[in-house]
Amino acid sequence: MNLRSERLMNYAVLVLFAAMALGPVLIILGNALGPQSADSGPGLLGLHPGNFVDAWQQGNFASYMTTSVIVAAIVVTVSTVFSTLAGYAFGTMTFRGSQVLFYVFLLGIMVPTEAIVVPLFFDLRDLGLTNTLWAIALPQIAQSVAFGTFWMRATFRSSSRALIEAATLDGAGSARTLFSVLLPVARPAVVTLVVLSFMWTWNEFLIPLVMSPNADLRTAPLALAFFQGQHVQETALLAAGAVLVALPVVILYLFLQRHFIRGMLEGSVRE
Amino acid sequence: MKSSPVLAAEPVRQAGRPRRPSIGARSRLTPYLYLLPAFVVYAAFMIYPLIRAGQLSLYEWDGLSLATFVGLRNYQEVFTDPDLRDSFAHALVLIFFYSVLPVLVGLLISSVLHRARIRGLGFFRTVVFLPQVIAMVVVAIAWRQIYAPDGTLNSVLEAIGLDQLARPWLGDFVLALPAVGLIGTWVQTGLVTVLLLAGMSRIPGELYEAARIDGAGPVREFFAVTLPAVRGEIVVALTLTIIAALKTFDLIYVTTGGGPGNTTSVPSYEVFRRAFELGQVGSASAIAITLTIMIFAINLVVNRIGERDNR
Repeated sequence: MNLRSERLMNYAVLVLFAAMALGPVLIILGNALGPQSADSGPGLLGLHPGNFVDAWQQGNFASYMTTSVIVAAIVVTVSTVFSTLAGYAFGTMTFRGSQVLFYVFLLGIMVPTEAIVVPLFFDLRDLGLTNTLWAIALPQIAQSVAFGTFWMRATFRSSSRALIEAATLDGAGSARTLFSVLLPVARPAVVTLVVLSFMWTWNEFLIPLVMSPNADLRTAPLALAFFQGQHVQETALLAAGAVLVALPVVILYLFLQRHFIRGMLEGSVRE
Repeated sequence: MKSSPVLAAEPVRQAGRPRRPSIGARSRLTPYLYLLPAFVVYAAFMIYPLIRAGQLSLYEWDGLSLATFVGLRNYQEVFTDPDLRDSFAHALVLIFFYSVLPVLVGLLISSVLHRARIRGLGFFRTVVFLPQVIAMVVVAIAWRQIYAPDGTLNSVLEAIGLDQLARPWLGDFVLALPAVGLIGTWVQTGLVTVLLLAGMSRIPGELYEAARIDGAGPVREFFAVTLPAVRGEIVVALTLTIIAALKTFDLIYVTTGGGPGNTTSVPSYEVFRRAFELGQVGSASAIAITLTIMIFAINLVVNRIGERDNR
């Protein structure tokens, strides 16, 4: 095989697999812009962007997206702050039981949601906490804290010891060392953590499904699943709704893809 | 869907090393104060429920009336109840589609692209990784529309004259499970490929030069240089994807609901169905605990392999 044909074959592989990855995405975008029925009129250059408006209204997405935004804001903020503090202790301080405690946190990264959601539902029900934001947010905070602590510990461990020692010599307390010396340097890692936990929270399905049995507090993916139940035959509307639900994370991904890829790959291979 | 970092061997660095200066800690309590907020939430919403799940798994309980202690009977059922055994068997089939297939395909793509060093690789990475960030519910709805009786796949088959192959894919007793599995292949292949590409980019070029001087062709080069060098990445890829396969819930819930019959039911889905639809909380908990142990075991095995590789 000569060089040119090998090159050609390489590009063929590249294009073929990119097309396979993009195919379903393009199909659902196409469906979302297609006519809702045979008498939908010509639309805009044959496309029907009005479907997004219809789906938004019929699926009541304004209110469900708001729920999703609130849940994500709570989970991301609280878990990032808590993980940073915990990761700081594990990464820079020596103390009794640090190994054991760290392994306890690591365990949480592996525990599947299915295992905690069943007892959580019944216990929170007895406390009258189901159908509240807390029931949806707190378990997800715990999950994100498990990963976040692991992630921030690794970040602080690799931060410069000289920097820490200089700060200590200057008489900075542990809080000042963290907030004015270490955190500014660790900003990229914090951004990665924020981006990942936002994605996990936004896309989470099982916890909101179980924790809001009367469906008062539907997050966007949940609303979409119910929307599907009512509009199984309405391909265009359903596709439009699906695109709307995926959009926030996809847009974020397009801008911050390095953080997504780095976090998901390094989160699994580092150390 | 949360990705589970692999607990790769962590060298015990503490031992035999001078104590690192504990930063500005004026009190021995300082580190614990930093840990406290995270630990409280974590203990209340992760550790405690996990222990409770273990406890519930020893009872027969409908979620409302009094529970009766049944010992390990719920676990016995995991191995003897034909429906449950089926669901674990389906999980094994999904592992093939979520893990084995993506690793094979990923190895092929990444080794070809790695050799080529062509332009457009950055764009390719962005595109193939995209399925990882789309909500599983959205993925499920997209593929439902592809597999629907009047969906994209059947239209394509009819257009190229293969009408007799067209069928309602997700309603087919034999093909529904592989159809769902292929969705998993679609989601995971990008992750695996990007992971392998990153691993291959770290292989020193001299290794290839040496192989070429020895007269190795592309195939021998792959088996002699590339494959051994990315063993670690393959292990990580297998762990991540096997765990993803075992945790498949959203996809089944939205595409098939476990049907037709129970041909696509999986353990995760059984946990949900039994706990919240059939009132068999004990049995659901036993399945969940079994699943958790399986995931721990897989991580442990990988950990071992990782350690051996480092030596």
